[in-house]
Amino acid sequence: MANKLSIIAKGILKENPTFVLVLGMCPTLATTTSAMNGLEMGLATMFVLILSNTVISLIAPVVPDKVHIPVYIVVIATFVTVLQLLMQAFVPDVYRTLGLFIPLIVVNCIILGRAEAFAGKNGAFDSALDGIGIGIGFTLALTVIGMVREILGSGSVFGWKFIAGDGILAFVMAPGAFLVLGYLMVLFNKLKKK
Amino acid sequence: MVLCLTGVCFVCAAILGVVYAVTKDPIEAAAEAEARAAVGRVLPEGGEISEAIPADAPGIKEYYIQNLDGSVLAYAVKSVSGGFGGDLVLMVGVLPDGSIYNTSVLSHSETPGLGAKCTEEKSHFREQWKGFSGNFAVTKDGGDVDAITASTITSRAYTRAVAQASAFVVGLKED
Repeated sequence: MANKLSIIAKGILKENPTFVLVLGMCPTLATTTSAMNGLEMGLATMFVLILSNTVISLIAPVVPDKVHIPVYIVVIATFVTVLQLLMQAFVPDVYRTLGLFIPLIVVNCIILGRAEAFAGKNGAFDSALDGIGIGIGFTLALTVIGMVREILGSGSVFGWKFIAGDGILAFVMAPGAFLVLGYLMVLFNKLKKK
Repeated sequence: MVLCLTGVCFVCAAILGVVYAVTKDPIEAAAEAEARAAVGRVLPEGGEISEAIPADAPGIKEYYIQNLDGSVLAYAVKSVSGGFGGDLVLMVGVLPDGSIYNTSVLSHSETPGLGAKCTEEKSHFREQWKGFSGNFAVTKDGGDVDAITASTITSRAYTRAVAQASAFVVGLKED
């Protein structure tokens, strides 16, 4: 049991996809304009990650080496499209804010990375746990980045405004994303070393 | 090898087909409900709102007519203009004399925190459109529209979309 828990825990700390592996930077930088956007993007990615990890670990033994990447991508793309259709149908508001970045989950290197590094070599249950762990790590990272950017840039947290007027606008735009990500990465790795 | 890839693609295509069939109606219903809600927001209360009527004018694809007791009360016009990050699509409620009743953003790609402020309903920028009938240009260009701070391009695009909706309604009456 402790072993299973450690699979989840390592995705959050030791192998945090954003702060340690530095994977999936495109959605990380682009969608974290507010805490809520970051959280939603993290959860969407986690959904795809868990399902694709599970399915890939099941089919990996019978997939010939030469075509394993195309097969993985087809599986991942299928889940992303399923997610996209479901979101469009049942949570159109969330879909409108994330729109463009949902199809981009296909090329998020975290997902193919986990398929290659973990799901292809481990059982279905462990792979699902890995998906949960990495997914939580990614979601937490995106939410924290989004929260910092929202506090500094818009003066609000999860849409709740605590100062009137504007914040430091640069933090809502691309340069702020790089700054916040960089400093949080330093902080995370400093704390992790202790 | 070929067999494996073909098999995987076949299964995936089947899954997608099923999900598409299941979600098709809810997606259409959601889009329809959204358009209806937007129309309702920009028009005065009461009266009967028609189905969408296709239009063929620059930036205008469709509009709705609101009738009350046999006469036209107002029009809701779906108007598109080029914003800072892509198309800015508005629903504009226009009274028959060309003045504005209210406006609403249907979709946009403006910068979050800057141009995207045009979606904030209670802001001065949005409030000024209620009952607007002046010179359709931002103050910087010599008009009567107060632009959003640091978002002149978005403000211009918004103004252009509202202006073309107003001009469209005035044009309708001349026909």
